[in-house]
Amino acid sequence: MANFHPFVVPFVLGTIGLFVICGYKYVRWIKQFDRKQQKLIKKNMFSTRIFPAIKEMFCECLLHLRISKKNWRLGYMHRSIAFGWFLLIVVGAIESRIGTKGPFHFWCAIFYRFFHHNPPANGTEFVFTQLMDLILLYVLSGIFLAFVKKVHSRFLGMKRTTKHTVMDTTVKIALWAIFPLRLLSESVTARLYANGGFLTQSIGDLFGRRAAEFLELPCWSLYSIALCIFFLMLPFTRYMHIFTEVFLIYFRKLGLRDSVKMTGYTKFELSSCSRCGMCIDRCPLYNTLDINDVQSVYLLRNLRNLEHHQDILAAGKNCLMCHQCAEDCPVDIDLMSIRRISRDKGDTDMSDNYRYLDTVRGFNAIGRVAYFGGCMTQLTPTISESMKTIFDAAGVKYWHLDGDRSICCGRPLMQQGFNKQAADLRRKVSELITSSHPTALITSCPICYNTFKYEYNLPIPVYHHTEYLDMLIKSGKLPVKQMDTTFTYHDPCDLGRGTGIYEQPREVLKAIGQLKEISAEKENSVCCGMNLGNTVLSLDQQTKLRDKSLQILTEPNPDVVVTACPMCKKAFKHGTEANVKDIAEVVASSVRNVECRMQNYEL
Amino acid sequence: MNNFGFTIKKTRSFNLSQADLRKAEALLREVPSYRKCIGCGGCTATCSARQFTDFDIRKVHNTFRRGQYDKLADELRKCMLCGKCTLVCPRGVNLRSLIINMRQLLTPSNETF
Repeated sequence: MANFHPFVVPFVLGTIGLFVICGYKYVRWIKQFDRKQQKLIKKNMFSTRIFPAIKEMFCECLLHLRISKKNWRLGYMHRSIAFGWFLLIVVGAIESRIGTKGPFHFWCAIFYRFFHHNPPANGTEFVFTQLMDLILLYVLSGIFLAFVKKVHSRFLGMKRTTKHTVMDTTVKIALWAIFPLRLLSESVTARLYANGGFLTQSIGDLFGRRAAEFLELPCWSLYSIALCIFFLMLPFTRYMHIFTEVFLIYFRKLGLRDSVKMTGYTKFELSSCSRCGMCIDRCPLYNTLDINDVQSVYLLRNLRNLEHHQDILAAGKNCLMCHQCAEDCPVDIDLMSIRRISRDKGDTDMSDNYRYLDTVRGFNAIGRVAYFGGCMTQLTPTISESMKTIFDAAGVKYWHLDGDRSICCGRPLMQQGFNKQAADLRRKVSELITSSHPTALITSCPICYNTFKYEYNLPIPVYHHTEYLDMLIKSGKLPVKQMDTTFTYHDPCDLGRGTGIYEQPREVLKAIGQLKEISAEKENSVCCGMNLGNTVLSLDQQTKLRDKSLQILTEPNPDVVVTACPMCKKAFKHGTEANVKDIAEVVASSVRNVECRMQNYEL
Repeated sequence: MNNFGFTIKKTRSFNLSQADLRKAEALLREVPSYRKCIGCGGCTATCSARQFTDFDIRKVHNTFRRGQYDKLADELRKCMLCGKCTLVCPRGVNLRSLIINMRQLLTPSNETF
């Protein structure tokens, strides 16, 4: 049989195994999509959404642009291996198509130099030979950097890397072996037949002829075996992300999102995690408390393997849900939703609750805005008092929805996996709001804001009070006075990373005083430690987290530490000598300083 | 029984040595901070559900601790888990964790006990 040698058998078996196993897994997961997800796929499968999906696949799966933004060396490492290997396959396929004489099998492209002994005859072949060597060098530089990362990860911008399982480490060694083995095999063949490029030929010439004759077959065999091991183990290890991420990007662009239960889409997400460990570095639980087994990378691994049931439960519980890992994830996996899925309470979660809320009557709030302080604001009443001062000063008619009795928005239940109960509560609150017909909903609590914005389908606009204050000041309805007070601003997790509101509070503060920069702000803001997402941390641990956050906030020595969350304010207030205020209080004190224009504005 | 000149109402007396405290002990294992509870009732005073109903979280966790689990599951369904009780607790008891754990222990399908 022409163009065949027994050493290609492992490679062929590996490739067939890879496609069969991956195909089986993907088909099974697609069958597990829920009805809503299936509908979306059917609707959008061939829509124009494919084009942005293809673009993102190219940018992320091959070029790894998001990682490059974090650290260019790390980006280069991933790009050189992923994109380099892709080029090696594509260019190799073209080269072998042109050059192969006799029957063409798919392995001819991989082992082209072994079967094609003639030195480059014409210009095209010469160019291809040199190009393939260049690409191989590119990949090898990536492998070298990967090795450097293993020894000294800080060089590539990562303080810590993931603790891998034995399987993951084995397959990594196989991957690292593939390219040096290819270089060696091609070099030895180049020594014998002078068919190499600038790299393989010059390395090959270092060998003696007899050594090369002796080494040729073992080298090619080892190369084939390394490929076989890598391919066969890939579907069961973290390298499954190579193919799965492509599908994930496609489904995400079609509009699919996580459901409250584990679905096929979640399975795609779990397997798209490359366990790069970028979620570890900035996890507050690791940074401050040295808790090193609950980070998203480990949760996803355990969920994917569905082993260590107790580990999943423990790791799932111990998380602040501060969105930091979701912000850092280069694959953009919805880590917060997966965390919630891992907390699903199953049988404990019962429907038909909160009948007592039916006794709450709506209010004829036509022409008024509804103000929802949130439960935490009940414990920091100065915030709601300040908001009332502001509403009066701006001449806005308002209705304090939870003034005398507080109603929860349902987020704490949702975060703890009580999905049915949360839905019940949301329905009640939603009915209460819509039956009262306010013009807008303003809330002081980022936790409630996030829920009202993303979980409720309210027919009216929802604002956090930072947004609303910014609107009032910019439109001139709220006269404020510029003072020379200095502020530092703390981005609450749910307002910043959760809903992406960074600029409005800063604009407000700049209109009143001077805003000082701090070392970790906006998406890097450090959680105050009191986040509702966690039920496991002790008070001491929370205090440690709070102190870390406060240290950053008080570093530039501001007059006032400002936050926009009643929870953060409550956390900070007891931990520092500095003056801690909510943004509403700051604005209200500024308003009191100027003469209020008591006019009624329609809003 | 000795007559001390006063009586305890029948309904409020129970025999602690005969109570089944396994769930209560499991709860204390899961939420160690609960050992610090002094029963001040701050949690009940601030409770959001309490503002609408007669839900009394102190009563619930106290009766749970004594091994009287009847009707507590239904009572706990009223809780909205907003966490105000945790924030006001002067002893730093993690009440949200306490409530979640009580609910899980009271679920019939939880066959550990």
